[in-house]
Order: sequence, then C-alpha cells, then structure tokens
Amino acid sequence: MIPQRAPILELRGITKAFGGVEALRGVDFALFAGEIHGLVGENGAGKSTLMKIIAGVHAEFSGHFALDGKDTRFRSTRDAHAAGIAMVHQELSVAPDLSVAENVFLGTQPTNRFGLVQWRRMAREAGEQLAKFGIDVDPMSRLGDLPIGMQQLIEIARVLFSGARIVILDEPTSALSPPEVERLFATLRRLRDEGCAIVFISHFIEDILRVSDTVTVFRNGRKVAETESAATSKAALIEAMIGKGSEALGETYTDDIMLPPPTDRPAVLKADELTLARSLQDVSFEARGGEVLGIYGFMGCGQLELARILFGKIKPDRGTLIVGGEPKTFASTAAARRAGVAFVPESRRAMLFHQEPVYKNISISVLGRISALLLKPARERSIAARQVEQLQIRPAAVELELGMLSGGNQQKVALAKWLSYPPRLLVLCEPTRGMDVGAKNDVINIVRDLRAKGLAVIVLSTEPETVLSLADRIIVLKRGAVVREFTHEMVSKDRLLQAA
Amino acid sequence: MASSESATVPADRKRPRSVGRFLRSQMRNIAPFLTLICLTGFFAAASPSFATLDNFGNILTQVSVTGIIAVGLTFVILCAEIDLSIASIANVTGIAVAYFTLQESYVNIANVPMPGWAAVMLALALCALLGVVNAFGLTVIGIPSFIMTLAMMQIAAGISALLVRGQIAYKVPDVITTLGSGSIGGIPCIVIVAALMLLAGHLVLTYTRFGRYVYMVGGNREAAEYSGLNVKLILGSVMVIAAVCSGIGGMLGVAHFGSAQQNEFDTYLLDSIAAVVVGGTSLFGGRGGIGNTIVGLFVLGVLNNGLDHVNIDSFLKILIRGLILLAALVINVYAQRLRERSVD
Repeated sequence: MIPQRAPILELRGITKAFGGVEALRGVDFALFAGEIHGLVGENGAGKSTLMKIIAGVHAEFSGHFALDGKDTRFRSTRDAHAAGIAMVHQELSVAPDLSVAENVFLGTQPTNRFGLVQWRRMAREAGEQLAKFGIDVDPMSRLGDLPIGMQQLIEIARVLFSGARIVILDEPTSALSPPEVERLFATLRRLRDEGCAIVFISHFIEDILRVSDTVTVFRNGRKVAETESAATSKAALIEAMIGKGSEALGETYTDDIMLPPPTDRPAVLKADELTLARSLQDVSFEARGGEVLGIYGFMGCGQLELARILFGKIKPDRGTLIVGGEPKTFASTAAARRAGVAFVPESRRAMLFHQEPVYKNISISVLGRISALLLKPARERSIAARQVEQLQIRPAAVELELGMLSGGNQQKVALAKWLSYPPRLLVLCEPTRGMDVGAKNDVINIVRDLRAKGLAVIVLSTEPETVLSLADRIIVLKRGAVVREFTHEMVSKDRLLQAA
Repeated sequence: MASSESATVPADRKRPRSVGRFLRSQMRNIAPFLTLICLTGFFAAASPSFATLDNFGNILTQVSVTGIIAVGLTFVILCAEIDLSIASIANVTGIAVAYFTLQESYVNIANVPMPGWAAVMLALALCALLGVVNAFGLTVIGIPSFIMTLAMMQIAAGISALLVRGQIAYKVPDVITTLGSGSIGGIPCIVIVAALMLLAGHLVLTYTRFGRYVYMVGGNREAAEYSGLNVKLILGSVMVIAAVCSGIGGMLGVAHFGSAQQNEFDTYLLDSIAAVVVGGTSLFGGRGGIGNTIVGLFVLGVLNNGLDHVNIDSFLKILIRGLILLAALVINVYAQRLRERSVD
C-alpha cells in the first residue's frame, strides 16, 4: 500500500526536550502523499510533540526536517499553514455563534471589490464543498446548534478546504457517534485517493487499524514500531505501546495483578442508569466503604461529566444517585458536600486558591464545622499544620501563599482540605497526573489510609497506571457507557486497554 | 520550584529579593496611599484654606454618603461582580422614606403618611427587595450582574419617578433627620454612621465565615464551588447587602441634603465605584477590602474638596476627575499583573 516514491515529509533524528526532560529521542518519521498514517502511543509517549513540530507549534528542536525533499524550518504555525500543513486539535476550535459557512471560510471569506463579504457566494460554495464530504446542513445555520460530532466534521472540513496537503488529526473520533465516524473515514479515504497525506492519532486502536495504511507506535519518546496496518493486530500494537519488562523506572503494571475479593460492606453510593446527553449512557455502579473503585477510560469517555454529576455540579438528564441509602438530587455542590461527598477535580487550578495561604486552602472545607459565625484562625492553623505534617507537605509553612508550592505539594493540599473531617465518599479525578514518583507514592499511600478508615473512594483516570495502582475494583467507560467491570480477577494494563 | 530554591538560599542573600517581592505584591495597597499623600500635599501647598481642621471635617462629611454606599459595593466587587443600581436604589429608598412621612401641605405628593419607624422599615424593605431581585437575576436566571443591575438602575429610577412625580419632598422621619443632619459633640451623625458601617463591613469581611467565603468566591469561583461552598447564596447575599447599604445611604442622604427628589444621587454611582477601585480592591475579585475603600474615599474626597480650594475652571474639574480615575484603574490592573508575576 505504501507508494514507492519520495516522501512528502521526512524527519530524521528528531529530539526535543522540555526543561531537561526528553519528550522525543531521535525519532525518524516519513509521510507519503496518498497515505493515511496512524499514530498510537500512551499519553506522553511523544506523538503529540512530534505532530506539533510538524505543524510549526514547536519551533525549537534538533534533527533533520525535510518537506518535498528540501530542508525546512518552520518558525510558526503560519509557516506550516503556508506550506500546506494543517492540524485539527482535539479540542474544538470553532466559532459556535457564527454560521456554518462563516466557519468554513473563517479568515478567507470571499469579498467583492469593495471589501464586502459575498454572503450568497459564500453560502453556496460552503454548501457545495460540505456536500462533497457527505455533510448535508444548511450553510447559514448557526454552527453551535449542530451536534458536537457534526461541528467536528465541519472543522475538519474547513481544514481540508484550506488547501492543506498534509492534515494531522488528533483524536478526531472521541466525540463522534459510529455513523459520524463512518462518514469521517469515508472522507479521509477520498482525500487520500486525491493525494493528501493524513496523520491520524487515536486511542481507539480499532479505528486506527480500520482506516490507516501504516501504523507507527511510540513509547517513551521513541518510535518503537512501524508496520502496515494489514500486517498487525490490536494485541500486537498494545504490546508495542506498553512494552514488556521494566524499561521505565518504577512500576509499569504490565504484569497481571489480582484484584481483591469485593467487600460485603453496604454501598455508600449507588449510581443507577445515569445518562447525560452526548456524554453518558445508562451508567450504573456502586461504591462501597473501605474500597477504591477505579473508573478508567480514554479522554472524552465521559469521566469528567460523571465526576461532576457525583458532586452536584452537573445534573444528569436521567438516572438516580443513592447516597447512604437515600435517593438524592444534588441542587448544588454544597448539597453534595452536606451529603458527605468530596471532590478533587483533575486540574489544581480549579481546586485551589493560589493567592491565599496554605491554611486557608485547607480549612475552607471545615469552616462550617469549626465556626458558626466568627472565624477561628488559630484553630484553622492548627488543623492545617496537622495535615501539613501528616501529608509531609513541603515547605511546612501554613502561612505560605499556595502559589509558592510545587505542583505535587499543591495536589497534597487539595487532598488535605478533605481530610480533616473525612467525607463518606471521595471522588478523585487524575489524582497523580503530572507528579514525580515520590509524590505519586505519597498520594497512593494517602488514598490507602483513607480506604483503611472505611471511606469509599472513586478514582477516575485516563492513565491505566493510576487506576491499577489504586483500585480494588475497576470499571471501564467507553464513549459514555460502562463496557467492562473487573472484580476479583486478574487485570493488567493491556487488559484495560483491550477493554477500552 | 521557586520556594524550594529560596529555602536553601542564606537569609541575608534572599532578603533584597523578598523585600522587592513584598513591595510588588503590596502594590495595590501602597499605590492608593501614595496617591492620597501626594494629593493632600499638593492641595495643602496650593491653598491655605485646605489643610485646616474645619476643612477636614468638611471632607469627612462630604464622603459619608459615598462611604455608606461603598461598604456594600466593596462586597460585590470582592466577588468580582458589579452593581450599577446602587445610586438608583439609594434614590428610591430616600424617596420612599419621605413618601411614607407626612409632608407639609404645599408639597403636592399623594403620599401615604405613617409613623416614623414604619416608614423606615418600609423603605428598608423596599431596598432589600430590590437587592433580592438583583440576586435572583444574577444567581437563578444567570444574567450577568452588569446587565442585571443596569436594568435595576432603570427600574429603581422608574419607581422613584412614580412616587414623586416630579415633585420635591422635604420631610423624613425624625430618626433619619437626626442621623442625616444632626451632630453629637460637634461630630456630624452621618460621619459616625458611615464610620460605624465601614467598621462593621470590615469586621464582617475579616472575622466572619461569610467574609472569608466572599474572598474565596472572588479569588477563584470554580475552586469555591468545588470546595462545596454555596456560591450562588454568597453572590446573592452580597447583592442584597449592597442594596441595603445603598438604601441606608439614600435615606441619610435625603436628610442630609434636606430634600428628596428624582436624580438626586446620580453622581454617587461613579463616586462609589471609584472609591472602591481607586482604593485598590481588585476588579477581578478576591483582593482588597474595606481598608482600601476608606483610602479610596479619602482620595476622592480630597480631590473633590481640594479642587474647590484651588482656582481652576470648574468645567475642567470634571475632566481631571476622569483622568485620575483612569490612572487608578491602570494601577489596579497593573498591580494585579505585578502580583501574578511575583507569585510565579
């Protein structure tokens, strides 16, 4: 399938470091006109970094970069655009309040000689071009009124119409329904046949295998495999992605581990058929005291929404929550807090007050218990000091402004705020993301302590290691639905990835 | 990262850096104070009649109504919201308290006389109700406070117009007359009331749980919500507090000016916002407080009063006030940026 001619894009020995950490180490990569090239690898394996180099986002790197056989250096994304390279990022970047036609022609609207926009021509051409890709919408309708999947298709269409001959798609299918995925694939195949080169990044290995001609696998900043799609399988790709043996430092969770038998304690929380438009479909599970429930899935699988439903931030369209035996509909996060639920979001920025001292960050969750009307700053400080000592937060100064602490220590503060008067259920999103090994182990130990005290803990993560290192029971979410539950059985990273 | 570095640096070497950092982080408190000192020095040098005890008393009296209104507004701005209806609510409350008081026979208003305490209670209930409407629009319907209070500004002005119908009322209940225009031991009561309300506002913001929540909601609303605070309740409360403070300011203002009429308080909207912001309370929320508002009040009071003591074209004064407000806003935004940099 690979055409036997010179590559349109050729990279050799690409190395890129961020602050001393090597994200890419001597990677070779070639892309041919008329091929769809799939990229797989875990989070942080280097595939996005490489694509950002190609799209001109990262201008600083070492190695050899040739376009059409000529040495090239992009200084910015504008240079890359001018050379016909376009990237569709995972997050939508459309203008929802503009019409479909305006989005298609964003920045390149047809104008007459007075500089006025030719609306009728724009609408007609947008309609024609979208129709070519099987998208049948009124070009003058507001983009934001369309389903997310359709918006994503239109964004992709815009990039394709801009005349790009190299198109990079980062996780394009995570928000799409199966028929929309089919439509996207049909479009990609047609573009390939017209001579475009397409890079397709996805966590969904089945999708990669179905649409791409070639697959490249990344691990730890290195390219570890490149094969024809027809000649490989999901299991082989997963094995290449995560590697066997202990190449990386620390535990890799590549071997099977045995989940403990389920506890017979009563359920602290029971979720029954939670459904949220475009995010969740009939999600049901139980969280029991003294147990850590892991919820694993790829980015965009509905985890973020699920966690926010549990803490009263989002109301589900359908389904019930039963907390401590009583059905609850949380009117606010304060109501969820009163019912004994605590929540640590995936982003520290959304959790902490960077301008305030550490002790105020810790005491905020207990003010209601320790003071009726007047604050008791001495009491707050002593509570905070105890947490700082127990969790070994460094530097151990409760008066210090939170923003002065390192990321790992900030994460511990985020946990500390819930520990002075522990809740019945603790919901943790990505509790160890971006942490070094030491801080990770500290967090793991904190969660184990809480479990020993009888708390129910729910850990939601897109990193299999996080779930495997913490959970006693694991459920896997895929496109908003529970697809697999692991209870008292063997589980490993590749089994999780297989399920998702 | 930065903290672990500075922890290993010997104390004598890190001193200059941390002093600089401290000054930068305190920019928002230092700048208004410097402004106040410069303005006072300038006017004292420019006019012999400025720096006298009598004139100091004048300045205090002149800023009192603004001060009472600014107490509530400080709460609102600390939450990173705004209230544009404060002056209108002050006006309608002042008119309402006169409306419920028996007027002289030559005042041609179809009013509803009541005992003094009842008139005061009804007027307070009115401003609280308007505050609740603001709170409802902001938190339940989800209208941005800027727009919601813009509508309320018009609504309150409309109620005022309907109550007085272009007439002027003069009588208010005795207790309001005393508080607004009486004095105790040579100190005007309105100054004492303003001082007490500023003190109360400071105590609430500094020493109560509610005050802490106000700062937390202003500092990072998302984090406040994820910490289980009832953000909507807190935002609603500050809107009601602002309306009630405005109402009190309006009632005392009517007694102070000696009349209640349409558009009497129009200048107080800009003055109150200016006092809070010039004082250094962050427009982005979470930083500042009543102490800043007091400094801001004095900056405005000294400026307004001082300009009357020097010989300047009175039409130019309006422009000068505008320019000084602009300068304060620039400092406010710049102080925020300096601070963020010093934390990084």
